[in-house]
This record gives sequence, C-alpha cells and structure tokens, in this order.
Amino acid sequence: MSALFDAYGWYKIWNYRSGFLRGLGTTLLTALFAILMALVAGMIFGLMAVSRKKILRAISRVYVEFFQNTPILLQVCFLYYALAFSGNSIGIIPTGIIALGLYHGAYVSEVFRGGIEAIPKGQFEAAQSQGFSYMDEMRIIILPQTVKIILPPLVNQIVNLTKNTAALYIIGGSDLISVTYSFVTGEKTGGAYVPAYFLCGVLFFAFCFPLSRLASTWEARLKKKEQTTVITRGA
Amino acid sequence: MSAFQGSIQIITNRNVLIYLLKGTVFTLIISLIAVAVSLMIGSLLALLRNYGRGPAKILKVLATAYIEIFRNTPLLLWIFVCLIFVSAPSFMKRKMWGLSSVEAGLLYKGCVALIIYTAAVMAEIVRGGLNAVSKGQFEAAHSQGFSTVQTMTSIVLPQAFHHIVPTLLGQVITTIKDSSFLANIAVIELMARTRQVLSGAYNYNGLGQINVSDVFVLFGFAFLIYFIIDFMLSVIVRKLRKKIT
Repeated sequence: MSALFDAYGWYKIWNYRSGFLRGLGTTLLTALFAILMALVAGMIFGLMAVSRKKILRAISRVYVEFFQNTPILLQVCFLYYALAFSGNSIGIIPTGIIALGLYHGAYVSEVFRGGIEAIPKGQFEAAQSQGFSYMDEMRIIILPQTVKIILPPLVNQIVNLTKNTAALYIIGGSDLISVTYSFVTGEKTGGAYVPAYFLCGVLFFAFCFPLSRLASTWEARLKKKEQTTVITRGA
Repeated sequence: MSAFQGSIQIITNRNVLIYLLKGTVFTLIISLIAVAVSLMIGSLLALLRNYGRGPAKILKVLATAYIEIFRNTPLLLWIFVCLIFVSAPSFMKRKMWGLSSVEAGLLYKGCVALIIYTAAVMAEIVRGGLNAVSKGQFEAAHSQGFSTVQTMTSIVLPQAFHHIVPTLLGQVITTIKDSSFLANIAVIELMARTRQVLSGAYNYNGLGQINVSDVFVLFGFAFLIYFIIDFMLSVIVRKLRKKIT
C-alpha cells in the first residue's frame, strides 16, 4: 500500500506524463477507428445474416464463426506477420485497427442480426405490402426499430474493444498498456510499478466504467418496459 | 524447393508438431483451471453482491467494487501486475511438464491473473442465474428451517447453476481465447508456441529464411486448433440454449 503513495514514483510518472497521454491517445484513437470499422462490417454481415439469399447467409455465418472462435491475439499477430513477411507492412496501429475492427465486427454482426430478428414479422410483411424495396424496408422501417435493442450490446462492444487494444502490445504497439509496460521496465524510467499500473488501470476504468453502466441501465430499462407491456397485454 | 513446401516441412516436423500439440494441452489445462477456480470465487462474489446486507453490507460493497474494477480493465494489465506482485509457491518453481523452473513460475502467475480476471465475469454470470431463482424458493427454504448458508448451497445455487450452464460453457470459449494473452509473458501455450516456431522457421523449412507461407501455414494450424475446440463448444452451447428455452 505504501508504494502507492510513494512520492518519488509519482514524480517519475509526472515526468513521463506525455508518454502516458500519448499511450492513452493511441488506445482511444485505435478504439475509435476500430469501432467504426466494426460497425460497418457488423452492419454488412448482420444484414447478410438475415438476407433471403442462402449464399449471403452462409458467408456471414463463416465470418462470424471464424472470428468469434479464434483469439484476437492470434488474429492481430497473423495479420501483422502476414503483411510484414510479404513486404506489405502497413504499420502497427493500422494493423491493430483492422484486426480489432474485424474481430468485433463479428460480435456487432450478431448484435444486428439479433436486433433485426426481434422485430415482429408483421413489420416486414407490412413494408413489403407497401411496395418498399428490400433496402428501403431495412433502412426506413426495420433498422430504426432495432436501435434501442442493439444500443446496449453495442456500447458493451466499445468497452470490450477498448480493453482489447492491449492486443497491440504483442506486435510492439504504443497503446496505453504497452507504454505503461515500457515505462516500468525502461532503463531510464524503470520501477514505480505500483503507481504506473494504478494509473493505467484508473485510465481504462475511467473510460470503460461509465460506458458499462450506461449499457446495463439501458438494458434494465428495456427489460422493465418489455415486462410492463407483457403484463398490460395479459391484462 | 518452393517456399510453401518448406512451410509444410515445418508443420510436418515431428518435434514441431509435438511442441505445438503440447502447447494446445497447456492452453486447455490453463483454461479449465481458470474456469473452475474463477467459478468458485465468482459464485462467492455473486452471493455477496446480491445478498450482502446488515453487517455484511461492507462485503457487498467490496464484491461490487471487485467485479466492476476487473470488468472494466484489460486482462493484460492484470497479467503484468501478477508478474510482479505474485510470487510462485515453491512447488511451481521447479522443472515440470517440460517447462523450465522459470516458465513454471510464469505459468502460475499467468494463471492467477486469468483467474482473478475471469472471476469478475463469472460473478456476473452467476448473478444472472441467482436473479432467475424465484423469491418463493428463499421463503420456502426459510420456512422449512434452512439456515441462510444451507438455503444458498442446497436450494438456490443448484437452481442458479442450472439456468446458467450454457453461459458458463460460453465462458469456457472466452477463457480459451483469453488464455492466449499469456503469450505476452511466457512461451507455454499454443499462441506463444506458434510465434516461437515462426521465429525459428528458417531452421525447419530448409530455406534459411522466414517466408510468408510459413506465417500462413503455422498460424493457419493454430487457427484450426482454436477453431475446432471453440466451435465444437459453441455448437453445444447453442443446443443447450435451445433445450432450455
């Protein structure tokens, strides 16, 4: 406990503050771009999963099963080495963004699929009977109704993705975790483990905790609403 | 000899194959231990968070804090923390299962990190099960003269676990994937060993250099192993879910 209040340790961290801030910035930027990519990939594959064409459903299934059933770390590493050894390196952070985007895209795809499947069949039939094209039906009628169902799990994905930026460490990233580790093991900066890990944990927590809370409150509210509608329907 | 043939030569090398399969066994052992121990800790945390009142209120607060802290910080942070602050007991500081004494110590520290991290997730899963047990069960147990501990262990927890079997199995998948993060500190499980073989691929492919086909073949092999294990589990999870609903 005393190490946590070690003034010299905190002084070292204060001297290295720009490093920590840059690490935090890298983590948040990587997470931001990766979540955008995950949303795009997830929406495309999620729509494919509910398509009427069997081949599209099959492609979506393969994508989701592959990315959900293998570790993100293996995916990051594979992408990095495959690009590096074929002479097409695109840098650590872009590699991380693509790998994280594709990995979480698989989860987002399932979220979209679940959201669309939760919409009553009548909505689809009504849209079709009114002459909506498939795209318009999805865009104007179905997707807007899914928003409140899919928002909580999407926010959870942001939290998980932010935590998973730690996967960049293995390919030599400069994200928050990597910066923290090179700080505590660095020759010039070395030591001050307790304050450094404490700071790193607090920064992650400060970003992730409010989002997780938000997601669970939304989810609870949604469930309550559902129950009340069921009850009123029953009565 | 083409680069691809060289890569095939690596993966068909008996020693490499055994090395990677042993890594797979380590992955499975680490994950199963982590799931089993974290389930016990998680159940305790869940009971405290759900039912801690009166003088046990402080335990409720602590359990809640534990769960929220570990769920909102990355596993790798806890691996690094355990690397420094956990010391391996003497029975884990000797040569064992083909690991050096240093590696065995790292295995212990890595497992501790995985356990304390997964325990928070387990706690939330068990809580989900507890909340699904109807209030009448508690009242019935109390009216029959069961003590609180007896009510929990023989009435409530068994029912709660019954509800969450699929979710727990799903967590096994996640933990198998998470165990790959141990590759950041030691070369023990499949992920780390795949990387290790790749870094020495020029010794095995007979070409004196690492080619991109080596990456594809070696990592492809690792992908396949992880996928087979996790996909089979996910099929079982889906079947159980259908059965329950």
